[in-house]
Amino acid sequence: MRTNGPLALIFHTIFVVVMLAPIVVVCLVAFTPEGYLSLPTTSFSLRWFRTIANYPEFVHAFWVSLGLGALSSLVALLFAVPAALAIARYQFRGRDVLAALFLSPLMIPHVVLGIAFLRFFTSIGIGGSFAGLLVAHVVVVFPFALRLTLAAATGMDRSVEMAAVSLGAGDWTLFRRVTLPLILPGVISGWALAFIQSFDDLTMTVFLAAPGTETLPVRMFLYIQDNIDPLVTSVSASVIAITMTALILLDRFYGLDRVLAGKSDPGR
Amino acid sequence: MSAADDTAPANAASTADTRDARAAWALTAPALMLFIGVLVIPLAMTVMLSFHDWGQYKGIEPVFILKNWHEVATDPYFAEMFWRTFRIALLTTLITAVLGAPEAYILNRMSGRWKSFFLLVILGPLLISVVARTLGWALLFGGNNGLVNKLLMSLGLIGKPLPFMFTETGMVVALAHVMMPFMVLSVWAALQRVDPQIENAALSLGASPPTIIRRIVLPQIMPGVLSGAIIVFSLSASAFATPAIIGGRRLKVAATLAYDEFLNTLNWPLGAAVAVLLLVALVMIVVGSNALIERRYAEVFR
Repeated sequence: MRTNGPLALIFHTIFVVVMLAPIVVVCLVAFTPEGYLSLPTTSFSLRWFRTIANYPEFVHAFWVSLGLGALSSLVALLFAVPAALAIARYQFRGRDVLAALFLSPLMIPHVVLGIAFLRFFTSIGIGGSFAGLLVAHVVVVFPFALRLTLAAATGMDRSVEMAAVSLGAGDWTLFRRVTLPLILPGVISGWALAFIQSFDDLTMTVFLAAPGTETLPVRMFLYIQDNIDPLVTSVSASVIAITMTALILLDRFYGLDRVLAGKSDPGR
Repeated sequence: MSAADDTAPANAASTADTRDARAAWALTAPALMLFIGVLVIPLAMTVMLSFHDWGQYKGIEPVFILKNWHEVATDPYFAEMFWRTFRIALLTTLITAVLGAPEAYILNRMSGRWKSFFLLVILGPLLISVVARTLGWALLFGGNNGLVNKLLMSLGLIGKPLPFMFTETGMVVALAHVMMPFMVLSVWAALQRVDPQIENAALSLGASPPTIIRRIVLPQIMPGVLSGAIIVFSLSASAFATPAIIGGRRLKVAATLAYDEFLNTLNWPLGAAVAVLLLVALVMIVVGSNALIERRYAEVFR
């Protein structure tokens, strides 16, 4: 009963092929030598990858996405780490309500968040600015930063902290030299997941981005609205390649299962 | 003195409690302030906005009227659009459940190395931009001679090409692909709590494989399927990129309609009403089905 029968394996094969097909097609079409969308039949060409350089707005949008993702997940952690420590350690009135509030951006449709932020930022005069985007992304990625930090803080052995306190460590020293290093794997995983969420967000960001603050998904979406040509497939293929490289590097140096689960290395 | 002795430990405990509570609030205060300032207030403003007036030339007027809500409630255009939104979300949820649950089960029975490899293959697309994934479907569908139609016709499944682009069928297929990892992940998590020995026990007692699936496996993974269904349903009902790219400008769902009202027509109050209605409907559906699932499967969750 513990092995898959032939029917199961056929199902599995079709399933995997269908899951990969759209991604593979995007990557293949990116290498077409033609001026229109087609699978490269006779020869592969890097023509459309070179064309990206003629569209500086794509390159600019990539850097905006990268900066926004890195910064918003970092700021989210600055708010989430203390909140996670409080929720993990203290039983206090309002704890459940706070936890629910902090996780609520996961449940609110991003289109609603986009509208709410657009309305709010326009009325306080930061509509279309990078600052506005940053604040919006901090709120949206906060649950990811909180959840993984929370998991690490809940599983932490507190006797080490008590030992440090008994040896005379102050609050800040305790946090910096004992608590933070112990929850660091969770914090880094939280940062990575928050970064991915921020980097990928289209639905909310499309409401907030203005020319100059467009992120890569927004730039790609707006481009597709007007014209579909091999350029947008080569941009997609480049992003897929960058994502895969980052994942492989992360797996090599850190362990992908640790990032995704927020667990610390049991061997250390 | 005896009275003081009695109360002293209680006092000590309660001061410790207050001190804990104070520390907890001090640590959560920055995040709480952020959320009130940048989440609660903007959402409240959006609800207010849906009661404001709007005209092509006068713009938004901050008065309290029910015009937008009346329009959303009575105009059949909105009824059709919301019905389409939830129909697409429901179909997507069904497809992910029917295909994702068996796949998670098959995956779980693979040996270690293959298991983690295929888990990565199936969950990996989560990390790839939704725009890129949907673009892939647009390429596969591509008019009457797209690859999907060629394949279906060469298999003899269909006689003439099916329209996928700018149709609900196309939207559902592409959305099911985008949402599939969430369902597989959810069922996978439920399977991790199942003891494989139960299946062997059933087998040794003479149960046939279909009976085992129906009476042993299915009841145990059902909570996973249902919680996956809630995630997939709410994400599909509020999806934007896939309906916008596959559905084009005519076939609208709630999210694309709100986008058009905000960024093309500039009728913000009406767009806000659509968004608030979507939020309220989703919260009611999710909270309702959560309660239902928890009552039905109380013993499984315990």
